Amino acid sequence: MQRLACLTPVVVIFFACWLLPMAWLIALPAQKGWETYFAIFTHPRYWLSLVNTVGLSLLVTVLTLVLGSSVGIFLARQKFVGRGILLSLLTLPLSFPGVIIGFFMILLGGRQGLIADLSEALGAGRLTLAYGFLGLFLAYLYFSLPRAIATYTAAAEKMDLALEEAARTLGATRYAIVRDVWLPELAPTTLACAAIVFATSMGAFGTAFTLATKFEVLPITIYSEFTNYANFALAASLSIALGLVTWVVMYVARRYSDSATVLG
Amino acid sequence: MELERTSVQISQCAKTYPDGTQGLLSSSLDVFPGEVLALLGPSGCGKTTLLRLVAGLERVDQGGVIRFGTQEVTHVPVERRQIGMVFQHYALFPQMTVQANIGYGLKLRGASAQQLKLTVGELIDLVQLRGLEHKRPSELSGGQRQRVALARAVAVRPKVLLLDEPLTALDAKLKVTLRDELADLLRRLGVTTIHVTHDQQEALAIADRLAVMRSGKIIQVGQGEELYRHPKHTFVAEFLGRINRLQRTPKDIADDTVTLAQTAVPCPRGAWPELFVRPEDIQLKPFASSQPAGLITHRSFLGDRIHYRLEVAGQAVLAAEAHRDSPYLVGERVSFTIAIEHFMPCESDQ
Amino acid sequence: MAQKTHSPHRFPVTLALLTALVTLFMLTPMVLSITAGLVNNYSQGLASGLTTRWLEQVWEGYGDTVLWSLAIASACALITTVVGVPCAYALARTRSRWARVFEELLTLPVAVPGLATGLALILVYGQFRSFRQSFLFILVGHVVFTLPFVVRTVSSAFANRELIAIEEAARTLGAGFSRRLLGVLIPAVMPAIIASALMVFTLSVGEFNLTWMLHTPLTRTLPVGLADSYASMRIEVGSAYTLIFFIVVLPLLWGLQAIANEVQKRYGT
Repeated sequence: MQRLACLTPVVVIFFACWLLPMAWLIALPAQKGWETYFAIFTHPRYWLSLVNTVGLSLLVTVLTLVLGSSVGIFLARQKFVGRGILLSLLTLPLSFPGVIIGFFMILLGGRQGLIADLSEALGAGRLTLAYGFLGLFLAYLYFSLPRAIATYTAAAEKMDLALEEAARTLGATRYAIVRDVWLPELAPTTLACAAIVFATSMGAFGTAFTLATKFEVLPITIYSEFTNYANFALAASLSIALGLVTWVVMYVARRYSDSATVLG
Repeated sequence: MELERTSVQISQCAKTYPDGTQGLLSSSLDVFPGEVLALLGPSGCGKTTLLRLVAGLERVDQGGVIRFGTQEVTHVPVERRQIGMVFQHYALFPQMTVQANIGYGLKLRGASAQQLKLTVGELIDLVQLRGLEHKRPSELSGGQRQRVALARAVAVRPKVLLLDEPLTALDAKLKVTLRDELADLLRRLGVTTIHVTHDQQEALAIADRLAVMRSGKIIQVGQGEELYRHPKHTFVAEFLGRINRLQRTPKDIADDTVTLAQTAVPCPRGAWPELFVRPEDIQLKPFASSQPAGLITHRSFLGDRIHYRLEVAGQAVLAAEAHRDSPYLVGERVSFTIAIEHFMPCESDQ
Repeated sequence: MAQKTHSPHRFPVTLALLTALVTLFMLTPMVLSITAGLVNNYSQGLASGLTTRWLEQVWEGYGDTVLWSLAIASACALITTVVGVPCAYALARTRSRWARVFEELLTLPVAVPGLATGLALILVYGQFRSFRQSFLFILVGHVVFTLPFVVRTVSSAFANRELIAIEEAARTLGAGFSRRLLGVLIPAVMPAIIASALMVFTLSVGEFNLTWMLHTPLTRTLPVGLADSYASMRIEVGSAYTLIFFIVVLPLLWGLQAIANEVQKRYGT
């Protein structure tokens, strides 16, 4: 009986403020006809947007995993002065809203950016990369790396050095150790990390919003449909598609690894 | 399986860690080709450090030299030193089968599939793991894992085999069974082996010679029996078994005797203030007034023998051991004799 | 002479290089943005001298967003804690399938993009004008989004085996439910509660996707103001505003880290 009283407030809030609105959202496209649910497949513009987003997210995920694991393993093993501070600094961006990271890219690669200054000094004219695919990609990399670094540093600290030493006594080169010891050992971490990086990239809005690139990602498309064209049903349909992809990926990750990594 | 027999020479090797602690003080040791040498000592004595130096997993301090036969290996990295090592918790690759684990070293060296099958098959029979080739380490028992680790280390035909407390991770009963199997196996393989342990029974059962270590130094090296009967240091005497310490008065020293229960008993010539004697060397006899006597204050039946505690005038309480049919009970007065060759003089420890 | 943890004695050059590269990539923009907010003229850089006028300008124009963000974050942390802790307890002690299903459902708002949640809220409650145009609307969105974190963290703390044994001991001694909850359970999981409250606070202060959908020109939070300034103001102003964001967020993160270490020590895996 007391348990019910404990659960009631949350159940009520969750129902009223999420479940119900979500159900409404899911039902909305039907008002314009059942084919609205498949708008993402039928309209070239939306399809391109989805492909863009998936492609970008995949690319970001792969590079993040490679770089994040390298840094994580390095930081877990090398003790040096300032290591703790470095780790804190590298994982700081976890708390930044995406817009700040978009702004960072503008500072770095925009018209008045550092890269433009450097390229001018080198005689190649003012190079701006912030407003194209490269800028967007770098920005997405920027907010994905801290997650990977944090996860891999924690996982690398739990790695069993005896396995590595055993491989070395059997004659394993550095490459063999990476392939036969590190990769299998870090496989669960990699899966969880890949899932969360992919999911975050898919749903990221603020960064693309600030950079306003021509390369359109799905969250921007959804936003445009909503604000510019008041196309609620379509926006809802696209949101559902996006939500579905993200949820599936994260569910798979949670199944095959520890939830602490994925949720927190 | 034919393995070459290499000698190992360790000259003046020491290890200082980056944070300043001394893992090993300058030590020298010779391991004969084909012998099993045990590094025996309490935790922190430096035995594992020495093993890891021989393996190449740690770098020797400046000035130390390690040789395998005629080849100097001091600066050869572990990957190329051609050693085989069995780790304390086995370090088996969890995602590989028993077969794959054993064949890993060979695969790295580019052995053909056929050669792999042959060698791995031979080893699986050697360590009696037939039928388990396709299992993962998580599906094996502790004893089985240990055998896989051993087979894996031996598969690459190492020059030296290094065992880091191979039986520590097993429970007591299993330890005894596997100890004998391991001793047997090492004898058959004939490869030069260095074996680290803190268990003196294990060392005595498995090794040809023992090197007793303490606080980063090798205290005494020799055959087990020699070390047991004629320890040169108190520490060695106490580590290999139980010890009674007998005090001598200046008169004792002048007369070559030791006074036990107001009776002077002859002992070896020498000016040692203390003599040691093992509990099993105190022979208990029915009470006779002409011989030294004591009062039994404690009796434990240990299965294969009986352990007694004897109160003796003029000395600390003595521990004595007798065979299991010994008739004496608590509260009885008994006499005892100690043969002169069983007194062990020892250098006191610093 | 204790056993040392053995570290591989070859220095990993490749890893070191990659780490250096990544560090450069990550830290440069942060440094740039801090300096940009404090110099007179960004295109001239440090040569143009340091000033606080951008910070002052930001405070004049956007100062209220900082206060509102803090207020919402505090309210959010409070509400999610008060509501979430008992819920976490109930879920930790219930074995039924419905509890597991509900737990799974609760994580959905995190997985679903903030845009969708915002959209859904507008569709259903958008017509209630006064609600729609108040900060309460934003607060609701934040609560829904952060609740799972509290429930999850505190729930696993409650599920600690030792705690279950302590609670049973208290019951045998006659302690009723509220006595147990207030006197035994909550003090025991306090580090987890504080850690999750701080996490909620941090998440709420930084939340953008959801908030952008729900905001109006009169109800703006810090991240929303940031987006506005990036689009319409000088780089110096945007940077100064970003700097203010850092000043607000950093102490929180350090607090979170310290508490997280405390939790680790208490419940260390």
